[in-house]
Parts: sequence; structure tokens; C-alpha cells
Amino acid sequence: MGEVILTMKGIDKTFPGVHALDHVDLEVRRGEVHALMGENGAGKSTLMKVLTGIYTKDAGTITYEGREVEFHSAREAQDAGVVIVHQELNMLGHLTVAQNIFIGREFKKGIRIDDKKMNEEAKKLFDRLHIDIDPMETMSNLTVGKQQMCEIAKAISHEAKVIIFDEPSAALTEAEIEELFKIIRDLRKQQLGIVYISHRMDEIKVITDRVTVMRDGTYVGTLITNECTKNDIINMMVGRVIYEEPKTHSMVPKDAPVVLKVEGLNAGKMVQNVSFELRRGEILGFSGLMGAGRTETARAIFGADPKQSGTIYVNGEKVTISNPEDAVKHGIGYLSEDRKRYGIVVQKTVAENTTLATLKEYLNGIFINKRRENQVTQKYIDSLATKTPGTDQLVVNLSGGNQQKVVIAKWLTRNSDILIFDEPTRGIDVGAKNEIYKLMNKLASEGKSIIMISSEMTEILRMSDRIIVMCEGRITGELDIAEATQENIMNLATREIS
Amino acid sequence: MAESATAAAKKKSSLDKLGGQKFIVLLVIIGLAVFFSVMSPNFRKYTTLVSILDYSYYIVLMSIGVTFPLITGGVDLSIGTGLICYSLVGGYLITFFHFPVWAGMLVSVLFGTAIGCLNGCLVALMDIPPFLVTLCTCMITRGLGATIVGGFGITWPTAAQPGGWFRNIFKISLDARTKIPIGILWVLILVAVMSFVLNHTKVGRYTISIGSNKEAARLSGVNVKAYHVLAYVISGTFAGLAAVAYSAVFSTVQPGTGAGFELEAIGGAIIGGVSASGGAGSVTGSLLGVFVICLLKTGLPFIGLQANWQQIITGLVLIGAVLIDVIKRRREEK
Repeated sequence: MGEVILTMKGIDKTFPGVHALDHVDLEVRRGEVHALMGENGAGKSTLMKVLTGIYTKDAGTITYEGREVEFHSAREAQDAGVVIVHQELNMLGHLTVAQNIFIGREFKKGIRIDDKKMNEEAKKLFDRLHIDIDPMETMSNLTVGKQQMCEIAKAISHEAKVIIFDEPSAALTEAEIEELFKIIRDLRKQQLGIVYISHRMDEIKVITDRVTVMRDGTYVGTLITNECTKNDIINMMVGRVIYEEPKTHSMVPKDAPVVLKVEGLNAGKMVQNVSFELRRGEILGFSGLMGAGRTETARAIFGADPKQSGTIYVNGEKVTISNPEDAVKHGIGYLSEDRKRYGIVVQKTVAENTTLATLKEYLNGIFINKRRENQVTQKYIDSLATKTPGTDQLVVNLSGGNQQKVVIAKWLTRNSDILIFDEPTRGIDVGAKNEIYKLMNKLASEGKSIIMISSEMTEILRMSDRIIVMCEGRITGELDIAEATQENIMNLATREIS
Repeated sequence: MAESATAAAKKKSSLDKLGGQKFIVLLVIIGLAVFFSVMSPNFRKYTTLVSILDYSYYIVLMSIGVTFPLITGGVDLSIGTGLICYSLVGGYLITFFHFPVWAGMLVSVLFGTAIGCLNGCLVALMDIPPFLVTLCTCMITRGLGATIVGGFGITWPTAAQPGGWFRNIFKISLDARTKIPIGILWVLILVAVMSFVLNHTKVGRYTISIGSNKEAARLSGVNVKAYHVLAYVISGTFAGLAAVAYSAVFSTVQPGTGAGFELEAIGGAIIGGVSASGGAGSVTGSLLGVFVICLLKTGLPFIGLQANWQQIITGLVLIGAVLIDVIKRRREEK
């Protein structure tokens, strides 16, 4: 580790209703890989967006290469040598690899773009990084892993001095992660400062030198990776928040009836020959990497996407589900990972959202019986402990956790007995998370059956009675909670399929 | 891994997706030409060729321009009524204010540029959906043109009148019978220039980038807004050029017409391989696509199918072209 290249001190940032960063510190040295850890919503990405000029800070100082700086755009940060490899890929699918790498700063010959030179330069760059990609290939033809490598190459080609990796391994196979680490070690040798954001404890131990932990938008502390244990880091991350006790054994009675049985489900490339059973009162965790086919499986079961083959039994009876309407009729509810797009109508009130799916029951002739609508809504506000000033509050004004509760209420009004939660706590802050967990456990104990898709290992291990692991569209394993560990789940999730 | 690698290789071999589509469109053009020639002896005449070309100039010019907004993932519906408006205004100044013809032409083109600029600003800076913006300017230009000229048709100078020279830009008359459709030369030059702009300059590269992934382009430091506006400026300017071509080919310009021209230009672009969702397309493809439409429009009457049939058949051809695009994309996603 060399001298300090970047210091962030007392960084503060407030969004309407959320104190996203509360006086956070971070220090990065030349030639170090610095892990930035914290649960979802802890403020890691926000901090990095402040650094790279995507957000403006309310208070605090950033010192880079010895002088105080404030970048006003991603471009300014880039030009100064601070670049970010985004979690979601920022590529232009229609352009070639080389065109992507040099977008915004093309080589020119007169007014003509010099594509030949760009291809050569990209080739040189790849050679230096030992990456084998054809610069003239169209971007959308590459695998996700290769696209990620291109993003990294692009970042490096800016003559970066500080590179931020925002959960780079989320979509990579084990072999690709190895390759990524090789590149990162190379960069460290070249005395770059590297910030590495990840949820995977194992990676942190392997690749990083120091680790800074954030929680709830605050700075918790910085440790030297070699001198601490996984548990030290987890304790810092979880902190005062008391979570639901992690399950050590399944809470489902041995004789609980099977409420949902899926046999040989096929739907495109992402769902291949998927079979499983769900019992009454069970929380069945679906684990796997990004793009493993979990959401696609859920959508196929729910009838949101067409399936090629497969049989579905609800309560022992074979059913046909060809659209979401059929699924709802059979008591299946689906809470999308993307609430804003599929779950709620944000510009409508809590009451309107709650009764959206069952409006027919509130009609007096052609008029809506507002009084009854409000009564029912209030009942669910009480039973789910939704924090809202009233039934007539616009949903857009609620926090993420409370929005999620409105979605849950919507499905409960329909008497859905099988609930599919797709990333139930994504974008929800740490305190509210636990309430969602409590609620899910309560629902399960009342006899609802839950399929929970989650990319968060801790969430899977905390909530599931049983865990199904998927990889590249297939189920690669099934674990009882008593035998499940991060390691054996990860092994199944990255199993290469020959 | 190995599986996906071969999949990528397969895609690459079927590559030059655009080139492939252009080739098909070229075959369709030849096929149509042969078909009509066989079916109707009158179609085989030189005068038919001249009239197809006459008819094609303004649509091709509109189509070159509108290719840019289409590639950004937008659309420009104002070019058809805009064309009539620009032509009326130019002709009005020449007829009633004795502007020299070149000045009238210049006003037509610049008026197009201005409306394009307005479209671009509303779309790119104000973030209003292009469909809405250009639908509004479509109505505005339609009304504006008629209002300015007082509702009467405008006649640009005829070939015999002083200032009639401009009609020779597109068609040189050697004698009463022999006419040389020289306009095709200028149109081809413009196609070549704009094709270069689209494929080999920043303007083109960023136009494609906006259609492909606007946010990614913005994060890479591209001045997305400026290039987004520019796409509509190009479209408007070419509508202005199309107005000049229209004035030169047709004897009078009637206010209130022009609605529907844009559909032929946009349809041509899409037949020629512009992706309906943006991010891909070519100027030469748009040129070829327009010729399919022009051939249908000119050729069908020769085999006894009148205007209504032309529209039905053109519509069907368009659906076919869009389907090809959609199917292609779906296959790529898998």
C-alpha cells in the first residue's frame, strides 16, 4: 500500500425523506484494494455517486491527489482519473466493442471517426489486460461476463488512478471471477487505488487489503482485512438492528400438504426443466446469481411469460395457467422485484392501491363505496403495521418498506395463499427490512406459502425453510435450512453446466 | 460457456444484419420492376421511369432526414405537412414579394431547419415524447402554411417563366419528349454524404448511441442533448430540401395537403431496415425502402389497382418489414 490518494471526509447527503449519508468517511491508498461493505441501502452506491459527481454532496470534503476537489459530472471525474464500473452494465448493444470503449472520445481523422485506430487501441488494451475479446464484435453478442470485462477495460483506458467496482461479480461465473481478480491484482501492482463493493464475504477476504463498513448511511469503521474475521465484518454491518432469529431448522410440519407442485417447467433459455414442490406454511428460498432464471421461473409460473411445457398442480389439482388472471384465480400472488414498474401505482392513494385488484367488491352499482374501501384498507394498515398518515396518502410519499406493505396488502385482499416474493427487500432500508421479514414469518405461520427469490445470501439463510439454488436456468440443488451454508449455496449457484 | 461462444459465432456469420436486409429489399425492387414490366407494356417506358423518379425525390429526401430521429428511437411526424408549409412560404415570397427564386428556396430549407430545431428542443430538452411533439408541429405547420398564403394554392415559377431555371435542377428537358432526370444524381450524392455522416462521424455515432442506450452515452460524457436536438434539425432541414424538390416537380402546391407524406418516408426507412425501436438503420437502406413504396405507388395503377389498393398493399409490406425487425430482435434476445 502506498500513500493516500483519495480521502472523503464527513460526507453528508439528504434526499427528500431519507438521510442517505450521515457524515461518512473513506480513505483509499495507492496500490490497495479497499472493500466497501454494508447491507443493501447502507449508502455505498450513494457514496460512490457523490464521489463521481453523479450526486452533489450537502456537506463534507473530498481530497484527491492532495487537493480538494468536487466533480460536477461523471465526465469530470473520469477526466481526473476517477472512474466507476457500474453494477448495471452501461453498454451500447448496437455498437462494437471498440466503439463502446471509446464512446465520447473517439479518435478522428478530420471529421471522420477513425474506427481502425480505435480497434487497434482496443486490441492493445485487451492484450495488456490479457482479455481475449474481438474489438470488432457487436457488444450485444458478448456474454454478460465479457461485457463486464469491456466495462473494466473502458474504465482503465481513461488512465484511471482510482477505480470503483460496484458489485462486479454479481453476474459472473466462477471462472470469470477468477479472471476479474487477476485483472484487479494487476491494477493494484500498477499502484492504482481500487474501491471494491461486494456482498460476498469470501471475495472480500481473497482480494481486498482493507474494508470500510457502512450501515444505515453512517460510517461504522475501517479494518485491515487480514486482521479481522468474517464475523467482525458481519457484526459491524448488522450492528444494532436486531434481526429475526435466523432459522436453524425448518418450521414446516412434516405432514404439511403440498400446495404448489411444478413439474418439468420450460420457458425459454432461462427456465429449463424446473420441478419443485411448495408446502403449506413454508418459505421456500430461491437462490442464485443474477440471471440464473429465478425471476423468469416465477413469471412463467404466474403466467406472465409464456411457457413451452410443464405441469402445475395447486392443492393437488392440475391447473392451466396461461396468464396472470388464471394464476390469481388459483390463489397465486406475485410481488415483483420492480415495485414501481409492476407492483403499485405510485400516484394513487394507499386505499386505491390496496383495492385495485378487487375493486368489483366495492362497487355500489357503478359507484365505488369509499367507506368500505377505507375500512378494508385500514384493516390491512393495522395488521401489517404500515406507516402512513392515512388511507388517502399517495403511495409515492411512502418509504420503500411501506410501499412493499401496500403491495402485500393488495395480494392479501385477493386471498392469495401462495405468494411469490421477488427480492422483497430490494431498496428498502435496514430497519424496515426486518419488519418485512417479520411479516413474512407471520404470513407463513398463518398458513400462507411463500416463494422468496433473493440475491442476498443473508436473507436466504435467515428466512428460508428450504432453499432451491438455480444456475443458468436450471435447478442445481435443493438444501434444507439445517444443512445450508453460504459456501454450499455458492457452489451450487456457480456450478458449470456441461 | 462453450455453448454461448458458438451462439455468438453463429450470430456473427448471419451478420451484416443490415446489409442482409438491404440485399432483400434490393431483390424486392428488382422483382417489382420485372413484375410490372411483364404485366404492363406501358410500364416499360422511359417516361414511367422519369415519373417514378420525379415522384421519389421528395420522399427520399424526407426519408434521409427522418432516418436520424428514427435511429434515436423517436419519430418525426411533422415532415409531411411541414414540407407543404415550407414550399408554400417559399413560393409565396417569390410570387408576391418578388423574392429571387434562390432566396425562396433558401427560406424553404431554413424554415424546415427551424421547425426541426423546435421539435428537437421540445423532445431533447423538455423531455416530451417525440410522437406528441411532432404530432403537434404537424398540425401547426399544416395550419400555418395555409394561413400565411391565405388559403390559396401557390405556383412556383414554371419552366418557361423567369426563375423557372430551378426546375432544371431536377429534370433537364432536351426537347419536348426527352427529359433527363438529373435529380437522381443530387439525391444519390446527398445519400452518400448522409450515409458517411451516419457511419463515420460523431454525429452519426452519437445518434445511434442515443437510440441504443441514451443513459450509457450520457455517462460516457457524450453531450446527449445536443446530438438529440441535432437529429431533429437534420430531419427538419431535409424536409425543407424535400419542399424544394416538391416545388420543382409539381406545378402547384395546395395548402392543407401533405399529411401522409411522412408515412411514406418513415415507411420507406423502416422497410430499409431502420429498427422500429432505434439504435440501428442506414441511409442507403432508407433510400431503397422508399423505392419499394414508389414502385408500388406508380406500378399498381398499371395493373389496374387504384389508390386504395396501393395503400392496403403498402401497409401490408410495412407490417412485413416491421415483423422482420421484431423477429430478428427477439431471436437476438434469446
